[in-house]
Amino acid sequence: MFRFIVRRLLQMVVAFFGTTLIVYALMFAGQGDPIQALAGERPVTAAQRAYLTEKYHLDATGVGGFFYRYFDYISNLLRGNLGESLTGRSIGDILAGAWPVTIKLALIAIAVAVIFGVTAGVLAGIRRASIFDNATLLLTLLVLGIPTIVLAPLAQYFLGVKWQLFPPTSGANPDFYALLLPGIVLGSLSLATALRLTRTSVAENLRADYVRTARSKGLPRRRVVSVHVLRNSLIPVITFLGVEVGNLMSGAIITEGVFNIPGVGFNLFRGIRTEDGPLVVGIVSVLVVVYLISNLVVDILYAVLDPRIRYE
Amino acid sequence: MSQHAVRPTPASPTPPGGHLLEVRDLHIEFRTGEGVAKVINGVSYHLDPGETLAVLGESGSGKSVTAQAIMGILDTPPAHISSGQIRYQGRDLLGLSEEQRRQVRGKEIAMIFQDALSALNPVFPVGWQIGETLRQRLGMSRADARRRAVELMDLVQIPGAAKRLGDYPHQFSGGMRQRVMIAMALAMEPKVLIADEPTTALDVTVQAQIMDLLADLRRDLNMAMILITHDLGVVADVADRIAVMYAGRIVEHADVRSLYRAPAHPYTKGLLESIPRLDQRGGKLSTIRGLPPNLMRIPSGCPFHPRCPYAQQVCVDVVPHDLVLGDGRTSACHFAQEVRDDRAR
Repeated sequence: MFRFIVRRLLQMVVAFFGTTLIVYALMFAGQGDPIQALAGERPVTAAQRAYLTEKYHLDATGVGGFFYRYFDYISNLLRGNLGESLTGRSIGDILAGAWPVTIKLALIAIAVAVIFGVTAGVLAGIRRASIFDNATLLLTLLVLGIPTIVLAPLAQYFLGVKWQLFPPTSGANPDFYALLLPGIVLGSLSLATALRLTRTSVAENLRADYVRTARSKGLPRRRVVSVHVLRNSLIPVITFLGVEVGNLMSGAIITEGVFNIPGVGFNLFRGIRTEDGPLVVGIVSVLVVVYLISNLVVDILYAVLDPRIRYE
Repeated sequence: MSQHAVRPTPASPTPPGGHLLEVRDLHIEFRTGEGVAKVINGVSYHLDPGETLAVLGESGSGKSVTAQAIMGILDTPPAHISSGQIRYQGRDLLGLSEEQRRQVRGKEIAMIFQDALSALNPVFPVGWQIGETLRQRLGMSRADARRRAVELMDLVQIPGAAKRLGDYPHQFSGGMRQRVMIAMALAMEPKVLIADEPTTALDVTVQAQIMDLLADLRRDLNMAMILITHDLGVVADVADRIAVMYAGRIVEHADVRSLYRAPAHPYTKGLLESIPRLDQRGGKLSTIRGLPPNLMRIPSGCPFHPRCPYAQQVCVDVVPHDLVLGDGRTSACHFAQEVRDDRAR
């Protein structure tokens, strides 16, 4: 296990450099005049041009220059300095403000998926082909079929504007209540998938040979289901939820956009729209690390849950 | 049921207290979307304390279903027990509530299964699984259950039992896994052990070890055993009596010696002749022609008649009753005497 973690950490280093290089190249390699792009329509004085050329090492040209700038960026990154966005704000500060909001949103979404999705999935799996099972099947198909870009504005309009049960937008420094509706919308997709996955897993495990053994030991049905079946059924579900936490931590561009939540996805989208290269690369670099770590955690969790998985 | 309602009780006379376990005229159907499969059609057998009954038959003959009905672990639906009795120490188990039946499971009658890898829970250590029965059923403490689990693992001769308590099923070899399964079944000291093809998934050498172990344990713990198998070679050394099943019925019932010496049902005869023998090398191995019947459309009369070399018109028309042949033997064949005396074939 220890060797597996070390090997995975080494792989993460390679993956980190690979992905940041690609994103960096996509944002900067194709740009014509980065200084003019920075200034937009306004004229740039010779003094400003000289200062910015010096600051971003733009005097080195071609592929060599690109790598020079890339490694300059990476070395700053490794020292914890994410640089500045084109608007002059520290990217570290932007993320420090955005991440707590996104994490709160992600936690609400995951809680919704676990509390409703997994519970309903277990019940549907035990009572396969019942009315409850068929009703949840229909509902989850509906949710899975509607894209977030439709679901989010609908929820905002009906629950936020028309019936005024929730605040329609959250604005700066949103509290828990303001994030509840977006969290539910965001979590509904994970909820539907978690429910389907749990239901199938439980139904399958109920037919397993070891269930027959547990029954022939004279254990009550309650214990057979809650200990033997559940423990096995939740292995794929927890794996899915682990990956999902990683996804949600990186922000939800659509949901955060619709509800005007100043989270990571919101800032990333703004960076892409305004061609703010340093901001996009800065956020993505951090997202890559979040992804790699959450995947590692899922892999380790998987081995802990299922003794048949041993990494060596 | 009506067509063979009256059926002589086979084999040895009932002891004063009745049989330990007795299946009487059991009928089980599987009701599925495609129709009704008559899986068990009037099975009767019994088991006395300390004896071993082998139930022999091809897959689909109903031997496992009968055993699961005795255990009460048959999934209903799709299974439906339409009539019959399963009497244990004089009580009809089929008349008990689920809670009462649960008390019988494991404690009075225990069962081991064919494939120990899938029959054991993959995510719990074996010691935990053996101890679970003790903790849940007898209210033992964790420490006591662990100690007893080690004793049980020693009993089934798992080397280094104390060290292997925390190992998971996949870390054991096939034979050792089956031993774990046996240890688990013995945890509550049952009076009856049902072994459902316990050696089918194992290597031949390991098969012999497990059969020896089962025979020894049965003797030492004075249990009665029902050994379900499709392998005639397995039963010869271990069983006292054999019940041969075909299409959900017992077609022949005899003590081991007489059955091997002179089978009285054409199906048993066919099974014995299809065992390869060293003294008949080079010759063509005889087989039973055809396939077992579709249980949704069981042939009229004797269900074996389409495959039977002895079949006459009467076999197509009339369901044969159990013919009592003496020595406690029965055979459900119109020509049982002829088959038994027909040594030449």
